[in-house]
Amino acid sequence: MDRPIRVVVAKPGLDGHDRGAKVVARSLRDAGMEVIYTGLRQTPEQIVEAVIQEDADCLAMSILSGAHNHLFPKVVSLLKERGVDDVLVVGGGVIPEDDIPGLIDAGIAAIFTPGTTTTSTIDFITQNIKRK
Amino acid sequence: MDIRAGLLKGDKRAAARLITLAENGDEDAVKIISEYYHLTGKARIIGITGPPGAGKSTVTDKLAKLLRQQNKTVGIIAVDPTSPFTGGAILGDRVRMNDLSTDQGVFIRSMATRGALGGLSKAVHDTVRIMDIYGMDYIFIETVGVGQSEVDIVKLADTVVMVMVPGLGDDIQAIKAGIMEIGDIFAVNKSDREGAERTATEIEVMLDFNRTTDFRPKVINIIARDNDRVDKLLEAIEGHWNYLCKDSNYQTRKKNNIKTEIIGLINQYVVKSIQNDNQSNLIQNMVEKVYDKQIDPYSAAIDILEKVSLGKQQS
Repeated sequence: MDRPIRVVVAKPGLDGHDRGAKVVARSLRDAGMEVIYTGLRQTPEQIVEAVIQEDADCLAMSILSGAHNHLFPKVVSLLKERGVDDVLVVGGGVIPEDDIPGLIDAGIAAIFTPGTTTTSTIDFITQNIKRK
Repeated sequence: MDIRAGLLKGDKRAAARLITLAENGDEDAVKIISEYYHLTGKARIIGITGPPGAGKSTVTDKLAKLLRQQNKTVGIIAVDPTSPFTGGAILGDRVRMNDLSTDQGVFIRSMATRGALGGLSKAVHDTVRIMDIYGMDYIFIETVGVGQSEVDIVKLADTVVMVMVPGLGDDIQAIKAGIMEIGDIFAVNKSDREGAERTATEIEVMLDFNRTTDFRPKVINIIARDNDRVDKLLEAIEGHWNYLCKDSNYQTRKKNNIKTEIIGLINQYVVKSIQNDNQSNLIQNMVEKVYDKQIDPYSAAIDILEKVSLGKQQS
């Protein structure tokens, strides 16, 4: 593929800091991707709009607050409502192992928990985006 | 996705996808934009430029909100730099525009420069047209943080707003030969900081020496974060528009811009057609000849150009 992959990096919910999301954003940038960074405290509606307007290949969300079971699936269902079916959605943050299967069922392609190397995130996105 | 139908129906996804095609140099994008070119020209194009951290995104955000109160639709193209090493980019201008992102009358698109050097991205022209066809009344183009010579915005915008900040001191002196010449309006942002009045005065003094046109740019002290005097800035933008509408100012500016664009496209097409097909040997052969001093590079270029245009006529 000779075009850059476009990724929206978003922080849904009320987290107080975005250190992790920024590290991921930076490493995706260094992997040659165009990262649209939306900043803290995004509503699912804002995130979905950003994905549409930016025509992103991938949406990467990060949550530390514990609201992942509510917010991640909400974003996926809003995307579906708007007819967006060609965007890879991944999540990350402080997410208990037990919650991961449910999130995968809800349509999140992968969950990256603390300790994940940036390389494995980059590889996953590169190999799994839906538009070539 | 049917981009043509979507675009005319006001489907944001169709417009967004078309912008992606244009960014990636897809020929379909050129085709579609050409088809609908007659629908362009309705939008007002405002350039927002200035040094990094001057507050361009915040100014754009506040101006857009004022226009939304008047029920105008607003497109925003925010350009950030591409890494020269990896080709990646962090596009962070949306951070300052979060309230606008769910407003259905607003379309924000972040773009990376992808190697362009003039403060814009190559596809900004196309993106302006796409947003124009899509039906935006105002289109803001926020350039990358500029230094001295990133002046491409002046070839595209109807009105250029130069966002400055106090405390750059001698920098104003340093840059006045480059970007300071292209501002139709100067906004001194963060005017609650020390030196704001002085910065404004220095710009006024600089403008006193500038007699190339009969339009005197306004200098306005604002605090965009607090929405302080941003309405005055919008008034000044309208004032510049009124000036453009007088006599043939607008036609002159627009025609100059069209001319620059056509010349740019000729450059692009010529290089492309030489690099395409079997013609790339042509260049490689010349490289060898120039290296061996059999021919100079100037004659080599003319020779290639002649061969290519001869080829076109025969086919």
